[in-house]
Amino acid sequence: MPINEENKEFTPLIVAFCCNWCSYAGADLAGTGRLAYPANVKIVRVPCSCRVNPTFILRAFQRGADGVIICGCHPGDCHYTSGNYFARRRMTLLFSMLDYLGIERDRTRVEWVSAAEGAKFAATMNDFAAKIHELGENKRLGDLRCK
Amino acid sequence: MQRIGVFVCWCGSNIAATVDVKRVAEAVRSEQGVVFSTDYQYMCSEAGQSIIKNAIKEHSLTGIVVCSCSPRMHEATFRKTAAAAGLNPYMVEIANIREQCSWIHKDMLSGTAKAIILAKAAVAKVNLNAPLIAGESPVTKRALVIGGGIAGIQTALDIADAGYEVDIVEKSPTIGGKMAQLDKTFPTLDCAACILTPKMVEAAQNEKIKLFTYSEVEKVKGFVGNFDVTIRKKARSVNEDLCTGCGVCTEKCPSRKGKNEFNLGLNTRGAIYIPFAQAIPNVPVIDRTQCIKFKTGKCGLCQMNCAAKAIDFSQQDEFVERNYGAIVVATGFNPIKLDKFEEFGYSMYPDVITSLELERIMNAAGPTKGHFERPSDHTQPKKIVFVQCVGSRDTSGCGKEYCSKICCMYTAKHAMLLREKYPDTEVYVFYIDVRTPGKNFDEFYRRAVEQYGVHYIKGMVGKVTDDGKGQLVVQASDLIANEQLKIKADMVVLAAAIEPDPTARSLGTMLTASMDTNDFFTEAHPKLRPVESPTAGVFLSGVCQGPKDIPETVSQAGAAAAKVIGLLAKDKLTCNPCVANSDTLVCNGCRQCEKVCPYGAISYEDKEVLRGDIRNVAVVNPAVCQGCGACTVTCPSGAMDLKGFTSRQIMAEVDAICR
Amino acid sequence: MQVMTDVLVKRAKELLSSGEVARVFGWGHGEFGYDTTPALFEDEESLGGFVYDGFCGANISKYLIAESKKEGKTLAFLKPCDTYSFNQLVKDNRINKDNIYAVGIPCAGKVDIDKLKEQGVSGIISIEEGDKEITVKTVYGDKTFVKADVLLDKCYACKGKEHKAGDEFISPELSEDTTNGDKYELVTKLENMTPDERFAFWRSQLSKCIRCNACRNVCPACSCLKCIFDNDNSGIASKANADDFEENMFHIIRAFHVCGRCTDCGECSRVCPQHIPLHLLNRKFIKDMNELYGEYQAGEDDSSRPPLLTYTKTDAEPSIVHERGGDK
Repeated sequence: MPINEENKEFTPLIVAFCCNWCSYAGADLAGTGRLAYPANVKIVRVPCSCRVNPTFILRAFQRGADGVIICGCHPGDCHYTSGNYFARRRMTLLFSMLDYLGIERDRTRVEWVSAAEGAKFAATMNDFAAKIHELGENKRLGDLRCK
Repeated sequence: MQRIGVFVCWCGSNIAATVDVKRVAEAVRSEQGVVFSTDYQYMCSEAGQSIIKNAIKEHSLTGIVVCSCSPRMHEATFRKTAAAAGLNPYMVEIANIREQCSWIHKDMLSGTAKAIILAKAAVAKVNLNAPLIAGESPVTKRALVIGGGIAGIQTALDIADAGYEVDIVEKSPTIGGKMAQLDKTFPTLDCAACILTPKMVEAAQNEKIKLFTYSEVEKVKGFVGNFDVTIRKKARSVNEDLCTGCGVCTEKCPSRKGKNEFNLGLNTRGAIYIPFAQAIPNVPVIDRTQCIKFKTGKCGLCQMNCAAKAIDFSQQDEFVERNYGAIVVATGFNPIKLDKFEEFGYSMYPDVITSLELERIMNAAGPTKGHFERPSDHTQPKKIVFVQCVGSRDTSGCGKEYCSKICCMYTAKHAMLLREKYPDTEVYVFYIDVRTPGKNFDEFYRRAVEQYGVHYIKGMVGKVTDDGKGQLVVQASDLIANEQLKIKADMVVLAAAIEPDPTARSLGTMLTASMDTNDFFTEAHPKLRPVESPTAGVFLSGVCQGPKDIPETVSQAGAAAAKVIGLLAKDKLTCNPCVANSDTLVCNGCRQCEKVCPYGAISYEDKEVLRGDIRNVAVVNPAVCQGCGACTVTCPSGAMDLKGFTSRQIMAEVDAICR
Repeated sequence: MQVMTDVLVKRAKELLSSGEVARVFGWGHGEFGYDTTPALFEDEESLGGFVYDGFCGANISKYLIAESKKEGKTLAFLKPCDTYSFNQLVKDNRINKDNIYAVGIPCAGKVDIDKLKEQGVSGIISIEEGDKEITVKTVYGDKTFVKADVLLDKCYACKGKEHKAGDEFISPELSEDTTNGDKYELVTKLENMTPDERFAFWRSQLSKCIRCNACRNVCPACSCLKCIFDNDNSGIASKANADDFEENMFHIIRAFHVCGRCTDCGECSRVCPQHIPLHLLNRKFIKDMNELYGEYQAGEDDSSRPPLLTYTKTDAEPSIVHERGGDK
């Protein structure tokens, strides 16, 4: 969201909710492998993708996030066996609702990243950040008071 | 109001090279609740931890933030540090400024800026942290070992030796597993049966060990220290208590069409059978798909001839419920199916066999009584071609990407044994690489090449056909000589890749133990916790965790047993306090949370939430809850929250990041 | 309609006097002929104020949460569509079924007073309801309408004539299925718009919200003792909309929270003083769930598992929103 004053270039702010067991570990592996992704991707650690409440996503948008991505274990590999299956349904319906309200559907994403997929984590974040950059600033779900 | 200390670690130059640690410490000083901040070279070191402990005491800190490596690395360390200084360990939060920051951002400016935000997010969270007190749960002093191969047997023996009860659940009619099928073992060439069967007998005779053969794990409930397991004892149709193991029934059985699984289908067996002579328990089982009595209702010869009256056609599957403190997975492996590798002609030519089939053919107790002969015409082969890496190290998608690890050595063993026993045979081995990292392994391989004159050819076999006259034609390339070869062979032996047993996947789901994409069980830490699964109380032994040879399997079995003994030696376990908790005043009792809980941790109870107001509300069992949070999102009123990851804490982090 | 009112009152009196029920829940006269309102009758005498006519569109099932906690049984008159909400509330453990004596009553569609007003009716003195027609006496003279033209929106998405719950039924043969057209028509229309058009539509609708909470209060699925928007620990507690984000937030979260429990009773839109078509949010979720996870009708029974409380291993990925969304 913040516009870099020096070169006036739009730098998107991205919040990534990562499950502790797979995706957060995948992010760690990206770090260990020195695989770069944009610094404006900020990770929030949650125990499982099923802990991500739609209110968290809306809150991030309200406070000025330009994109929100939820990462969890691959379906079938959830540490808690079924969390990501529930998350998958919830997020599918929520994203569809946001789309229905006219919110750009590229602003939200779910990606399954295992603890072994450091490269995928970095690639996903690079790709997502590029998409958000193309989309530009989040205006439709933002909250004027927070800007 | 919290009094928070922030400790920024340099991690030598790992963090300090791309993050201005002093600026991070400086920047958080104005955050809400922060009363102290500092930086140090290695926070995790003894000296670093003293800095934290002293600051906690000196500044009466109520919470701390350590900006360092991933919490997956040192969260536990710093929690202990805090506890040692009298601070509740759950008042510690980690800002991951190494993996998520210094290691991936090359630019000091953006790296530092991000580190500051991550630190602020952690501070925002700690502001809302509450001290958590871990509960305790008792430990059932009995272990379950799933799988009765050498891994399971060794684990059980070691646990029993320490004085704890162990149950082995084995799905086939006998324990022994794959090792029982082997002829000789590398690199010492001692006979597999000679070293395995005494262990099998020991397991059967040990009064601490209870065997459930021809049984499968049906259901697992509970958690570390308190697993409730339902075991399905499949109907053997033979009463184990009455059977004397005389074997008369197996001789009298007129059905002879069942494939002998133990001999990999190289010969047949009766419908009532004992897998092999040394089977434990020495009790036959009726294969109901083959039994004439079950198919037509007539026969019953076995029953008529059984003096002990042990045959029971009406036997049903039986379900046994047992409690365990720990579970060891030792489900082992199978060679992969070779139907995708048409080029080797495995399903077309009987004389193209797998290495495990060769073990049976060479075995004195095998289908040929140890005569080395071709399955097709029972002649003794003179020229044998071994093909290595069939489905291993395969990126084509037909096989497995990993190295199966044992094939190089057993192929050298086979080649050597054949050349020794039948000096007139010619043996070729096609390989991609020969991998011999193990004690006396390379010496063993060199003996095969140098002393026994086995022809090792670097290159892959392209195709196996036949010449129409009973001989196989092997087309291959010799990469070193850079030429195409055509070898006429009497027998081709394929070193098929190994894969986890197919039952592992469903078992993994039952145990909530994670698996990798190849269905091998994942260890809690690849280096430091190699025999533990990430699920507490579940341990790994043998090939279910990754390809291994026998010595490695046995040592891992011992290691898993040591971990189990360490667990069972405790009377009580400390629970994870980061569990769900329902606000009874807000709970509607709608029972939605109960339906998404994978552990059955939520129950409904009538509680007097206000004086005279009794409501049926959700109650979380903190010993069973694992803290996934599925219930928190399902709860419409927000009554359900997760300690350590409360909605307000997560939102505070989001707010700090988006500020 | 007076006939039906009399039949129901007669039955209610029987049940009261036999001691089978302790009280009766139904509809009572309002100030005008068209504003009947859910009402509780605690004795035979008070049943004089009972009414059941074409204006009894209100879904009374939510009131039964409180009634079912009282001593003795409560007689509840339920239209076919009300039984869905009733079942759902039983499933949610909010209504104690044992304390309700549910009587299924016939329904041939309920009239929307706003539709009459839209057609220029004002100065209403009284309304006479026939089987197919409705005659409004006003200070400006009489006007007659075809009933089927002035029904509540929810009646055009009628759930059918069948009661899904009930201890007894009175003249169920008099019920009519008043379905008219595809209930997803508007949802589909919105889906086919461009995102910009959709955004403009919802912005113009939701910005009318005055956060009166009428939708929340009437909704049988919004039965929380304490709403998450009033719960300080939720992190999103707010008493009023301060700006357009809060309007979005409130309605998205509300729709999400009732998703899988919403029976599509249409009460939210019926009571909205700003005439925001709120049911289109719920109906979108229902449409998505039916398409993605198989047909599911909340309240059809009191035990089945709604889509968000279960899963299959082969569920669609969230990226399907891209493939299905209008104007890609």
